[in-house]
Amino acid sequence: MKKLIITAFSLLLSLSVFSKGYSPGDKAIDFKLKNIDDKIVSLSNYDQAKGFIVIFTCNHCPYSVAYEDRIIALDKKYKTKGYPVIAISSNDAEAYPSDSFEKMKERSAEKGFTFPYLYDESQEIGKAYGATRTPHAFVLQKKGSELFVRYIGAIDDNTQNASAVKEKHIENAVNNLLEGKTVKVDFTKAIGCSIKWK
Amino acid sequence: MKKHYIFFLFILFSLGNITFAQEVKELNFKELKPYLNKNTDTVYVVNFWATWCKPCIEELPHFLQTAEELKQEKVKFLFVSLDFASHKTSRLIPFMKKHHVYEEVVLLNDPDGNSWIDLVNKDWSGGIPATIIYKKEDRAFHEGQLSYDELYTKIQSKL
Repeated sequence: MKKLIITAFSLLLSLSVFSKGYSPGDKAIDFKLKNIDDKIVSLSNYDQAKGFIVIFTCNHCPYSVAYEDRIIALDKKYKTKGYPVIAISSNDAEAYPSDSFEKMKERSAEKGFTFPYLYDESQEIGKAYGATRTPHAFVLQKKGSELFVRYIGAIDDNTQNASAVKEKHIENAVNNLLEGKTVKVDFTKAIGCSIKWK
Repeated sequence: MKKHYIFFLFILFSLGNITFAQEVKELNFKELKPYLNKNTDTVYVVNFWATWCKPCIEELPHFLQTAEELKQEKVKFLFVSLDFASHKTSRLIPFMKKHHVYEEVVLLNDPDGNSWIDLVNKDWSGGIPATIIYKKEDRAFHEGQLSYDELYTKIQSKL
């Protein structure tokens, strides 16, 4: 009986952790997810990285599509500085056939993604991070073998028009980290496509 | 000649009607805000949606059905589209025609969501659909899909 209560309690606890997701300052988990080249990618593979720009995105969402070129530019700019982009799709491919693993491969090839585009088929990583919409970005800082969340939110402040952007939220956050400063704006909200959970 | 004249008038009249039905105002958040804070004894149902948003499209019939059933009551529906402004005539208006959306639709063209999402509701993460149902200060907010029953009950409780 006692065991049952403990199990029920820990289940409840893990559920509440899942539904909440991360806040800036939280420790983030690493993952092992399948990339569009069929290889498994884990953040622990990146010895030289100082951190990561993890972006939950997908194929079908116009808000994600509007950001594709900007995500490529982010990767090009910050990969060499130690902050590569890691894109993840957690969307339910049954609800959105255009978000299937095969379609992810196609889109990556079409656009020439310079970063991994991982398929979170079990949706565990999206839930653990607290991703709710696409695109939804998390900047992680590596300290030893641990990862800390330093920024959560929008890529910048203008979804529709890249040339009208005033605040580049991710760039600002990563620049702060590269300068050894605390991130000034560590949380923003944005409109996006709700991630469809199974 | 007279016949032609009448025919011309008829065309003008029907054209006028069509344009009227399809009019979609483009607003920034400052312009939208008064719609979210009306102080009358009407219940306002404000739904944030977009034509590309599958769960929004799935719940839309519940809204249209409720609007039809409650048309004698003091209930007003407003659909706030988050489609890109550049898709207004190519996607939004054709969609409204196809799905017989006769309620008021406005397009919120204010691309810095972070500046206004909290002003709609602090609990909103930014995912759509999201719906506000309010009468004066009595406000309810819901992020995610609403079933017909949920929507109907929420509105009824404020009538």
